[in-house]
Parts: sequence; C-alpha cells; structure tokens
Amino acid sequence: MKHPGNLMPPKITSKTVAQLKDVRFRWNRRQAEALNIPSLTVAPGEQLFIAGPSGSGKSTLLSLLAGVITPQCGEVNLLGQRLDNLSGAERDQFRADHIGFIFQQFNLIPYLSTVDNVTLPCRFSHIRRKRAEQAGGSLNGEALRLLQHLELDDQEMQSRSVMELSVGQQQRVASARALIGSPELLIADEPTSALDSDMRSNFLELLFAECRERSTTLIFVSHDKSLQPRFSRALSMAEINRPSQAAVVPMKGKS
Amino acid sequence: MQILSLAWKSLRNRIFTVALTVTVIALSVTLLLGVERIRQEARNSFTNTVSGTDLIVGARSSRTTLLLASIFHIGNMENNISWASFEEFSEHPQVSWAIPLSLGDSHKGYRVLGTSGEYFQHFQYGQGRFLQFADGRNFTNDKEVVLGAEAAQKLNYKLGDKIVVSHGTGDMSFHDHADKPFVVVGILAATGTPVDRTLHVDLGGIEAIHEKEKQAETGHDPLAALLSIDDHHGEAAHHTDDENHHGETVRHAIGKNHLGNEPEQITAFLLGLKSRGAALGLQRAISTYGGEPLTAAMPGVTLQEIWQAIGVAENALLAVAILVVVVGLFCLLAVLMTSLNERRREMAILRSVGARPRHLFTLMVGEATWVTLLGTASGVALLQILILFGQPLIASHFGLYLQAGGINGTQLILIVMVCLCGALIGLVPGYRVYRNSLADGMTVRL
Repeated sequence: MKHPGNLMPPKITSKTVAQLKDVRFRWNRRQAEALNIPSLTVAPGEQLFIAGPSGSGKSTLLSLLAGVITPQCGEVNLLGQRLDNLSGAERDQFRADHIGFIFQQFNLIPYLSTVDNVTLPCRFSHIRRKRAEQAGGSLNGEALRLLQHLELDDQEMQSRSVMELSVGQQQRVASARALIGSPELLIADEPTSALDSDMRSNFLELLFAECRERSTTLIFVSHDKSLQPRFSRALSMAEINRPSQAAVVPMKGKS
Repeated sequence: MQILSLAWKSLRNRIFTVALTVTVIALSVTLLLGVERIRQEARNSFTNTVSGTDLIVGARSSRTTLLLASIFHIGNMENNISWASFEEFSEHPQVSWAIPLSLGDSHKGYRVLGTSGEYFQHFQYGQGRFLQFADGRNFTNDKEVVLGAEAAQKLNYKLGDKIVVSHGTGDMSFHDHADKPFVVVGILAATGTPVDRTLHVDLGGIEAIHEKEKQAETGHDPLAALLSIDDHHGEAAHHTDDENHHGETVRHAIGKNHLGNEPEQITAFLLGLKSRGAALGLQRAISTYGGEPLTAAMPGVTLQEIWQAIGVAENALLAVAILVVVVGLFCLLAVLMTSLNERRREMAILRSVGARPRHLFTLMVGEATWVTLLGTASGVALLQILILFGQPLIASHFGLYLQAGGINGTQLILIVMVCLCGALIGLVPGYRVYRNSLADGMTVRL
C-alpha cells in the first residue's frame, strides 16, 4: 500500500467494510475446521455485535478480519481489499492503517505516558498520523482531544503512570488509542468484561459517540448478550460459523 | 527513529536490570581498554628503552643477552671487551659517536654504570628523547656520580651527598669501596627506563674503586684478598654465593697493568653512526673483528625480538580481557532473553497498534545497542577516571606513564567491535520476538 506524500490520505470508501465469502480456516491439518463462514458482510458505519460463548471461534474470526491469519480457502475482503492476496507485511501495514483494536484488558504499554500510549498507532502508520494531525492540529493535541471526549481530561491523571489508572480509565485510554487517526474499522474484543455494569454502559456510550462522529465501523465481540440491544445489528457465532463436523478432508492451499 | 525512542523508554522502565547490565559491560570494557592501554604502553616503554643507538657492541654472546645486560641491566655479560676494541671502533669512519659502558658494581641494589660524558650527550630513549637533568649537572671527574630519578628518590639522596659503591651486583654489598666515596652532582629526570634505577659514574671512577682491590690482590690468594678487604661483611658466604662476581673480580685484577684512569676493560659500548644504512655493514665487520670475539646488536631489531617472546603473555592478557567482554555481552543476552517472556504481552500490544514484526525486531536490537553504547561509554569514562587518579601509582610502581584522554586507533577499533557485537547480540532476542510475534499474532497466550 502506497500513500501519497503529504496529502491527507482519503478514507477508503467501499460499499462494504468487511466481506467474507466461503471462508474456511483450520489451525493445522490434523484439527477440525475452526471456522466455516459461507458469507458475512459488514456495512460502513455499522455497529455490529457478535455474540458467542468462548471457544466458538470469535477470536479466530477477529484474527481473520484483521489479517493476522489467512484462510485456507475463501475470500476475505476488507475495505474492498482482498486480504488473502496480500503478503504478511502488506497485511500488517493495512491493519496498522485501517483498523483500531480494543482488547479485554492489559492494553497499555506500562513505560509510556497516557498521551504516548494514545499516539502509539501513529508511530506505525503514516496515514493515521496525518489524519490525527489534521483532526487535532497536532498529534498530542488530537490525543488530548480524544482523552477529553472520553472524559479523561484531568491534567493530573494524564501525568500519572498509566498503571496507576483504574481499569475503566485504562480501557478508555485504550479506546482513544484505537480511535486516533480515525481508522475505518474498530475491532473490540470483550472490551467491557473487566468493567462493572455502570462503567460498562458509560463506556459503551462514549465509544458509540466517537464511532458515530468519525463514521467508524465497529465490530464488537462479547459473550455478554445483555449489551446486544445497544447495537445496530447483532449476530451470534452460531449463525455465522458452520463448521463441518464431517471427517477432516485434507485440503490443498495456503497453510 | 521512533523505534529507538521506544526502546529507550522501555529500557528506562527496567532501570535496575538495565543498570546492572550496563555496569557489567562498562567494567568489561574498562578492563579490555585498560589491558590494551597497558599492553601498548608496556610495549612502547620497552621498545623505546633505547633509541638513536645504531649498534650495541659487547663480547661474543647472544644479541639478546647483550642487550638485556647493557641496556636493561638484567643478567651479566660473561666476558668483558678490551678498551682497544672500543677505541678501534669509535674511530671508525662511519661512527659518529661512541659510549663506553662498564657494569658490575652496585649501590644498595642499584646498578652502577661506568661511562663517559658522551652518555649524557648522545644516549636517547623514547622517540628520540635525550636525558635531562632534574637537578645538578654531569659528572666532570671520577669522584662524582649522577643518579637516575628512581634511585635518587628511593634512596633519598640530594646533591652533595656522598655515596659508597660496592663491587658485585647483588642486593648485599660484597665489599664496599668505602675509601672511594662519590659525590652526587646530578639527578636525572625520570625516563620510565632502566636509566632511572642507575647510578652513573665516570669510567675512571670504576677503575679507581678497583685500584685498592688490585693492590690488595697482588701476590695474594684472591679470595683471601677479598676477605681482608671486606671489613663490614666478614662472612665468606657473601662471596661464594656469587661465582660470577668472584670471576669478575679476578678478571679486573688480571686485566690491570697500570694505575692510570683509562680502563683496561669495559662491558659494552654503544655506537651512533653517521648513516643508518651503514649499520649492517659495520655489524658484520664487528662480528668478524680479528682482535677479539665481538657481537653487535641493532637495538630496535633485538628489542622487537625480545618483545615477541614476551608478547605471548601480552596476547594472553588481551585474550582474557576479550573473554571478559564476551561474558559481559552474554550477560546482556541473558537479560534480554529472560525479559522476553514477561514482555510477550507488551509485544502483542505493540503488534495490535500496528507494529510489524520487523519493528519488534528493531526494538530488541535497539535495546541491545543502547545498553552496549551506554556500557561502552561508561567503560571508557571509567578508564579515563582510573588513569587520571591511578597514574602516579602506576608510574611509580610499574614505570608506565599512562595518560588520560586520547583514544588511539586500536582502542577505537575495540570500542567499535564491542558496540557491533552488542548490536549483533540483539539479533538473537530480535529473531525470537520476530518468530513469536508471527506465531502469536495479537492474541497473548500466557
């Protein structure tokens, strides 16, 4: 992926943010298929909730969407780009430029300040750096603006070590980091599991507001179905994934 | 570089282990550079013990023996050479100057060198440096003595002091020539060479102190004569434990035919030639001299030969120092490798925010490089401080004049090598992280 020099990199506008077709994935040849997804489409601006118990293939699905792994067969389209046709390095670059991540916990780098943690993705993506600088005037300005939106504008808190922040505060710093540079897609893997219910709804509201503001598509994975009504669409892993229980047939192709 | 600043911040977060590793590397680098410095200084001070002299001539022996005896005053020449030979070659048309040397006497463990005024004019050491007087002047008659810097300091002599020279070269005086005291008229500036530990008198002085001896020996059993002279140390054991000395005494006695101040025999002489190119030809002429069997050594060549023999120990020392640095770098490797497991989560987070495996690879190599650079810089600084404060001690104990500052080519090469090795060490955890990050993706399995 090449980016034009100093020009503002335009957001990729595609009819679909993510599209999976006949995707089959297994971790190795001796194991049964982990995923068999005939079709999955995510539209731009959607807030998609994917529910499923642990072991249902949620994390594998997110890894496929992020291009960390590639399927043995089938297509993975992200923002109109065939991920399965890109090399590992190209997928890394694509992911750095277009996807933000929020994980369940332990998201922050302990030796970096709050602001440095937020601006971290911009160290690895020229596109996101440009966008962040454009949106906030400067990189740190944008980080502070995001923190303020996520109600972390206390000067004292920002100067503290990130490890001294509460779990809820840490999760909001991680969200600001995922949102900086306005990636097209935000992938959240159980981000609320470590939060208590009051903080959970507060966190979700802030997250939704930010996503709407920058028309970022959100894919949110959780086992907690009580969150489901807040999203524009909800799917369960059982609907998406239909792993064949038949005998394992050796397949050719990428491993 | 973004990654290097990240590496720096990560190191700062683990300040304690990092500081320990930096210390280990710093100490090993100090040792390495210190050994290298001392090695070079020792070689310099050794090979520069004599310079400007084209040939050293003595009785037939190995060149090494001749040089060690005449310049370093280590061991003795088995035979003396005649004054006639000295006169013959000092008048050779190619010879610019000649310095006679007569050894065999001592004062309180310090060698006494009988020589001529030419010595202070022509003898050079180091890079063509001449002897200089710290105090006083050259001797002008055979009752005066000029002291080397260390001899003067250790024995606490000042100008005007009277000293008594004894025959033989052992620590114990065999018989003091108490009736022939010398007056200290000059003290030389320190040179870092054996000159510092030498007492210089006129050749005539050496002859004079043996006059009594000769007279006493005439018509007597030489051993009995010795015993009768040695008033202070009457025990025969003093004499018999130094056969060579005994022999020399006899030679002195035999060689003496007149009472003049011109010596009959000397130990060796130094020649300065009008042109360097003549040295080989003259060396051959001296070796085949018909008057008596002589050996001529070119000091530069012979010094190198001797140093090569000693050099084995020197290289062993350097090898040990290099091994210590290797150990230091392995410490760094161990620290980096053990930190990898606890940092797996950190690596996964970095991956999730867009760091490519090569970024993580660079991060590890960067950390290793930072630690090595810091360690090396501290090591260099530590060495300079040590030299600055330890210099007087090293100079007085070992005669090595180390100077702070000034990193020479070899040291620079060593420093660069250490830094490169440090960066190379980073490749190991770098590769490990690279593999892990490809396998782990962004999921952290702990």
